[in-house]
Amino acid sequence: MQLEQILRQRKEKKDILLMTHIVLGYPSFEANREIVRQMVENGVDCIEMQIPFSEPMADGPVILKANQDSLANGTTVAQCIAFGAEMAATYDIPFLFMTYYNILFKHGEDRFFTEAKEANIKGLIIPDLPPEMGENFFRLAKENEIAPILIFAPTSTQERMATLDSMGQGFIYCVARRGVTGKKSSFGDDFNEYLARCRNATRMPIAVGFGIQDKEDIEALKGRADMAVIGSQTIRLVDEQGPEAVGPFIQGLR
Amino acid sequence: MDNKGFFGNWGGAYIPEILHQTFQELHVEYQRAKNDPAFWQEYLHLMRTYSCRPTPLTYAENLSNHFGGARIFIKREDLNHTGAHKANNVMGQGLLVKRMGKKRVIAETGAGQHGMATATMAAKFGFDCTIYMGEVDVRRQRPNVFWMEKMGATVVPVKDGSRTLKDAINEAFRDWVTNIDSTHYVFGTACGPAPFPEMVTWFQSIISEETKEQIKELHGKLPARIYACVGGGSNAMGSFYHYLDTDTELVGVEAGGHGIDSGMHASRLCGTDASPGVAQGYKTMFLQNEDGQMLETHSVAAGLDYVGVSPILSDLWEKKQVRFEAATDKEVMAALDLTMKLEGIIPALESSHAFVQAFKEAPTIAKDEAIIINMSGRGDKDIFTIAHAYDDPSWKEFIISRAAEYSSKS
Repeated sequence: MQLEQILRQRKEKKDILLMTHIVLGYPSFEANREIVRQMVENGVDCIEMQIPFSEPMADGPVILKANQDSLANGTTVAQCIAFGAEMAATYDIPFLFMTYYNILFKHGEDRFFTEAKEANIKGLIIPDLPPEMGENFFRLAKENEIAPILIFAPTSTQERMATLDSMGQGFIYCVARRGVTGKKSSFGDDFNEYLARCRNATRMPIAVGFGIQDKEDIEALKGRADMAVIGSQTIRLVDEQGPEAVGPFIQGLR
Repeated sequence: MDNKGFFGNWGGAYIPEILHQTFQELHVEYQRAKNDPAFWQEYLHLMRTYSCRPTPLTYAENLSNHFGGARIFIKREDLNHTGAHKANNVMGQGLLVKRMGKKRVIAETGAGQHGMATATMAAKFGFDCTIYMGEVDVRRQRPNVFWMEKMGATVVPVKDGSRTLKDAINEAFRDWVTNIDSTHYVFGTACGPAPFPEMVTWFQSIISEETKEQIKELHGKLPARIYACVGGGSNAMGSFYHYLDTDTELVGVEAGGHGIDSGMHASRLCGTDASPGVAQGYKTMFLQNEDGQMLETHSVAAGLDYVGVSPILSDLWEKKQVRFEAATDKEVMAALDLTMKLEGIIPALESSHAFVQAFKEAPTIAKDEAIIINMSGRGDKDIFTIAHAYDDPSWKEFIISRAAEYSSKS
């Protein structure tokens, strides 16, 4: 089954879906294993696994540091793909890879897609690859039935949203605000207007990410978005309290 | 540049969605400026009255006699305001920012020259200004940090990654995606997402526009070769641009660091350590490992200490229109020493790379031929690094006594 269909099925039973994020190899693959287990057991619907890159230009300090520390531990792309395969084989939720384009480019796009498909990865989020630059990428995504997930931003015009909608698959990732990952977002009138614009621009499910940190944020998204994305917050939590804090945190979100 | 921002196989605009609209506006504004003859006139006027242009082309008679070959000419970008070619790009982008109605500028800087130029431009045009600079470079280029702050800029030391130029670029991008509505990112070199490589080249092309006239006047014909150091590649592109369709041979000199086989260098197009990649918004030859993670680079010159290179230069390299060589840290110190002693001119450590290669080749070129070395900046900014490299006793004594003076007062 493809990503959009899986998410729609899960959404039938819930007010809002939950996607979480981990940086692979941070603090270690062993910790990743425990974090993912706790996430899945507490009802997470989808997990994006970030393959670390030395130049993560769209990420804020928390994820940036996690990328650097993971690489300093010696994390390789091959290990990340193998870990993805292990998770997808273990748990019955969709797993995505998030990374920067150079990781695919250097690995070889054909090879990356083949390996991701073998690993049963359902989608890819590549924040520095706009549709104009990704002719080969979008062809391979189609051939391998892996959803290329595209991003709407508050600065996106209606016309731009239409273009992105026509190229993306799976769901649309709506970035809640300007800036990088990890800072708190506020959900005022402008935000609601923006989300309404996103909703009108696509028939795909919409996920909202950047700065979603607690139950209150998620409550505010119910009825407006199909999926909430928790990113930097779980990394902060693991940094401060260890992997075992993830389960109770997720459980407290809804 | 094609309509997607590529030069042959290189370039493009690999940018987060949040920047899409801003880049659309930048493209429009840039094209409008480029098609408006009045814009270039305004730019020339500004550079003549504020920045000492045209900068002289100096005949280096003593160096020429010393090597006994080609007549050596030095293009004096050190005499540009703020002491380097960087102001050419920055003042041009400043005029664009005025047209776009933005009130805040940000920039990355390696050697500090681009940061200096940006802080200067911001002071003149009344913009708020934040400069991102790798922590390692802050230490290497302390005098520039001092002046930037005195001109009202905020200098943010970047502590991530290798704490050099590439990390400063990432951090500037992070600022930009947060403050796109008010802010223009004054990219400092002919790299980054389109239209920056072409736009920066356009402003820097003023260098070769001038030398083409100057060399005809001083020498009667075009030079046999032009030498320029290559970090990101803006002074090289500027000094090569108007010669691309001539018989003049163009030579780019990269940082050889401890030697091109040492793994401690920043040579991307010369040598075999780099491979095609995509980072910081563009596709070029990067120094990276087999997983696509960027490597640490090394150069005595902060301004050349960078993992990528202008996509336009990658294209010219691939098409064999520009030859690339490398100069080691040691060779650079020797060339700098000789130039100071024979000509009374102090090239920046970056620029001294171009001098190294010119000195190697000058004796083999006929006496009735000319070569031009683009002296991209002045070396007095490097006083701490150069004095350290000389292990200069009287300088050390001065620093020690001054430090003692400060610590006894605090």
